[in-house]
Amino acid sequence: MSSLPILSLLVFAPWLGALVLASLGNKLGAKSSRVVGLLSSGSTLGLALVILANFAPAGAGYQFIERHSWISALRVDYHLGLDGLSLLLVLLTGLVSPLCLLASWKIQRAPHHFAALFLLLQGAALGVFLALDFFHWFLFWELSLVPAFFLIKIWGGEGATRAAYQFVIYTLAGGACLLLAFAAIAVATGTFNFTELATLAASGQLAAKLALLGGLWPKVIFIGVFLGLAVKAPLFPFHTWLPATYAEAPSGVSMFLTGIMSKMGVYGFLRILWPLFPAELHAAAPCLLGLALGGVVFGAFAALNQTDLKRMVAYSSINHVSYCLLALFAVAGASNAPAATAALIGALLQMFNHGLSAAALFACVGMLEARSGGRRGIHDFGGVRTLAPLFAGFCGVAMFSSLGLPGLNGFVGEFMIFSGVFGLAPWAAGVACLGLFATALFLLTFWQRVFHGPTGAAVAAFRDLDRVEILTLLPLVVLMVLLGVLPQLLVGLINPLVTTWVSQLP
Amino acid sequence: MHLPVSLVWLIPALPLLAAGIAALAPRSCRTLAAGAAIAAMIAAFVISCLALHTALADPGAKLVANFEWFDVGAGAMRLGWLLDPLTAFMCVMVTFVASLIFIFSTGYMKADANFKQFFCFLSLFAAAMLGILVANSLLLLFICWELVGLASYLLIGFWFHKPSAAAAAKKAFITTRIGDLGLLLGLLWLADSTGSLLFYDGGNGVLEVAALGSLASQVTVGGLAVSTAIGLLIFCGAVGKSGQFPLHVWLPDAMEGPTPVSALIHAATMVAAGVFLIARVYPLMSADLALPLVPLHALTVVAFIGAITALLGATIAVAQNDIKRVLAFSTVSQLGYMMLALGVGSWVAAIFHLLTHAFFKALLFLGAGSVIHAAHHEQDIRRLGGLRGRMRITFATFAIGMMALSGVPFLFSGFWSKEAILHAAHGWQVSHLPFGAALVAVVLTAFYMTRLVAETFFGTARTEETEHAHENSAVMTVPLILLAVGAVALGFLGTPAFPWLQARLLGEPEVHGHPLFESAGLMMLSIVLVAVGLGAGWAIYGRRPRVALDAVDPLAKAAPGVIAALGNRLGFDELYAATLGRLVTAGATVADFFDRYVWGGAVTMLARLGEFAGVVNRENDESAINGGFNVVSESFRDSGRAYSRAQSGEPQSYLRFIATGFVVLMLLVILGGGR
Repeated sequence: MSSLPILSLLVFAPWLGALVLASLGNKLGAKSSRVVGLLSSGSTLGLALVILANFAPAGAGYQFIERHSWISALRVDYHLGLDGLSLLLVLLTGLVSPLCLLASWKIQRAPHHFAALFLLLQGAALGVFLALDFFHWFLFWELSLVPAFFLIKIWGGEGATRAAYQFVIYTLAGGACLLLAFAAIAVATGTFNFTELATLAASGQLAAKLALLGGLWPKVIFIGVFLGLAVKAPLFPFHTWLPATYAEAPSGVSMFLTGIMSKMGVYGFLRILWPLFPAELHAAAPCLLGLALGGVVFGAFAALNQTDLKRMVAYSSINHVSYCLLALFAVAGASNAPAATAALIGALLQMFNHGLSAAALFACVGMLEARSGGRRGIHDFGGVRTLAPLFAGFCGVAMFSSLGLPGLNGFVGEFMIFSGVFGLAPWAAGVACLGLFATALFLLTFWQRVFHGPTGAAVAAFRDLDRVEILTLLPLVVLMVLLGVLPQLLVGLINPLVTTWVSQLP
Repeated sequence: MHLPVSLVWLIPALPLLAAGIAALAPRSCRTLAAGAAIAAMIAAFVISCLALHTALADPGAKLVANFEWFDVGAGAMRLGWLLDPLTAFMCVMVTFVASLIFIFSTGYMKADANFKQFFCFLSLFAAAMLGILVANSLLLLFICWELVGLASYLLIGFWFHKPSAAAAAKKAFITTRIGDLGLLLGLLWLADSTGSLLFYDGGNGVLEVAALGSLASQVTVGGLAVSTAIGLLIFCGAVGKSGQFPLHVWLPDAMEGPTPVSALIHAATMVAAGVFLIARVYPLMSADLALPLVPLHALTVVAFIGAITALLGATIAVAQNDIKRVLAFSTVSQLGYMMLALGVGSWVAAIFHLLTHAFFKALLFLGAGSVIHAAHHEQDIRRLGGLRGRMRITFATFAIGMMALSGVPFLFSGFWSKEAILHAAHGWQVSHLPFGAALVAVVLTAFYMTRLVAETFFGTARTEETEHAHENSAVMTVPLILLAVGAVALGFLGTPAFPWLQARLLGEPEVHGHPLFESAGLMMLSIVLVAVGLGAGWAIYGRRPRVALDAVDPLAKAAPGVIAALGNRLGFDELYAATLGRLVTAGATVADFFDRYVWGGAVTMLARLGEFAGVVNRENDESAINGGFNVVSESFRDSGRAYSRAQSGEPQSYLRFIATGFVVLMLLVILGGGR
């Protein structure tokens, strides 16, 4: 087992699939290219399960490490490794990605190109979660934009072109800041390696070396890294690219963007910003806490005002991802070990849980669109539950998971975040309750308008879920219930890691 | 035979299992769904009786079984089960009443297409409530508490094709969620201050001496003890769930659900949860009573809110014309009594009234359901009338329920439990206002119940539907009879002469009664007040029953403005819509505006600036970038063209711009600072 480069396999299997699809192209035919795409995408889940079986949860360090010298002149290594956090996100990617392709099953326009681009995107995301050297981490990070751009632009809705450009330019700008900051870090320290940089930071040498650059450089570098991650996550108010992008992207891609890609930003905060810049983060924490709260409250209230269902779910994504950041910034800003443990466990759970629930909600909106000829206004439907009770049931579970109903997965993460944040910054927990309230309000309004009430003429021909759609939603719904009742399944993977993190806090 | 506490979870688990079976069964499996639900509920009743037997063997003991839910750092999040007389009595009541309501529902919902789903939701509802009762952890209680909210949402909105039902379901969920957020904050605070959420944990629980002492000794904002602040936050949850002022507005609308659901909500499963919660955490709520210098005691707030609610509910009930709405406001009012009892220090009186009320309110709602079912879904009392002879069993049992609710002396359970509350309120040292309010509410209660019975059952049938009404089948009448027996008999468990129930709840091995004449003065007063209410009600509505459909209500004739205002529920809904509703809408508009124009605008401006810089730099770029990059970006551009026809390829030039910047800054850093 140890000889097999399983992490490389994990990253490049989707790309291999993409290569096959791109080179065989039209020869495959629509149906078989869909199947090839699904299988390549599903390889991640298979390999992730193999890793899960061989993963030692008690160890907080990286496992399955692969390290080869790559560009020796710049001391760049090809370096992959996996800990509980990476594993969590790899599992999530493995679960959600094939479902995104299933949700895109009915795409008629160049399905082989769609699948190829999607697999490129998936591989890039996996690379981000596994790379331990900035150099190729950043390659993966930026490479994810290219397929996303084309997926949105070509298969998206009416405003897709504009949204795709906005998305790419905005995140590229953030990426540029990140790149420049890391160039400076590399100059100062001579390494791109995350673990080495973290060790340097822990011993205070990183700060000392950056200070040697003189003047404002340390602050500028921190801000550069911060901006790159903040745009990606996104952190309020760097989120304005998100609603349009999520709304215009085809549903399968929206599922991936919100389920996986938004986690790349949060992952960056946890993997890079926090270990490398603990002092700066601590100093900025009160301000950042405010921004995260802004995302929680503004995101939820803005969602309340949306009539486009996809935009509504997009804003709810901003709200949910902001909870993760809220927890992280609260931990960075105050010291209280039990509360920090709770907050971090909550943040990690929330990443996973939001991946499931937001993906499911986007899939549901996509199914509404597919049935109504592309309409997704909140007032366009009504009484859908009468005609499609199974659909209503699945969508209901996703909705209640999203609003944090106990018994479903969303609650555990949010509760732990609130519990931790209350111990670290009680006022922030109090204010964040506004977000909980508004979330319940807009989700139930959505539900009431779309599913309840008399059956309108517009939905008279609605049918219930077909087999592919059931296959798309069922795994998500089952996991929502399962993880809501047995959160230990996930917590067992991350608790040792979180415990180690907290023990290293000042 | 005893029930080990480690098996108490069976009580909620059985109905949950039934809910699962019903959820997975095909739509046509009506008998299976209903059968599973009823069988599970009866089995849960039997187990509850065993649990009661176990609990009464040593009423002072708190039997607990704690377990780990998931790891948190070196420790774990622990939950647990609890068995004491309070849990056991409540379980027996809930399972018994719920069983009868389930049986009644098989008749009432016979014609409904979603029959199977109905029993699934009913079972879930009961399971969640039973979970609240057996939880030994505020977190586990909160989880079940929210599931009660979910089930009530599903059931109130059961006829979801009706816009009013869909709206009522949402209103109930959102209104109770406001209170729940308070409960959540209280829970977080409690966990943060004590490091635990278990009620009893061998000395380390939050309701045990060590934790209470430390909570009461710390001071927080406004000079309040921490225990007071936490207690008030927890009380917010109870205010929402138990329909207390000012969050009572959802409860009357909740009657949009099928009538058995109303019976369940109003008697056993939902509104009782708030009262139970306060009784459960009573040691915490009363921890500050020993502190004379704090500005406010948590229980004082409870008492005043309870008194206001009792009076408010009874007043509004006088002017309602919908049979279920009258009962709904009477629930609001009776829950106010229970809160009042909790506030003035007699939690056992509150639980006594909760138990008796569960029986007679379930009876009244099912009776109303029987009437509605017979009269083809007519529920306006002005359009009913004359049902006394047509529906003898319903009439007789409804009358028993009405007398129990009004507090007709000696024979009916409501008299004894209300008496206990009035007695406790009378003895409260802080203020006599709540006692006064409770006395006024006694008169009003007797009055509006008399009106309800007179309008519904006396006089002549005023519509054709009512004309043709006839008694329902045995599945509907037998539950009524059994509940009526309970509505009478239950009172004798807790008379002042032999307060067995109270002693057992308090964990006392001996029952210390005292002769009835010791409190004869107070008892006489309340008997007189009940008589006044009954007499006035009969004089106005009973002696000359309504004949014409559209005859003006005698009270409305006398004081049209007052009755109109009361009929409109004193405008609370309008008030909230105009204030809170507008506030939320404004918040949403502002958030959206900022998003579109302020943050979005700033970004657009930055982008324009960047674009300008890009144009300026373009000429430089062409020469500065090496050929390799151009080739790559060309190929990107080509593929972009192939897909997108007439696009200019802007991101590619941005890529180039960034690469240039990267090189320049690298050089800058290396030459400038990085020596």
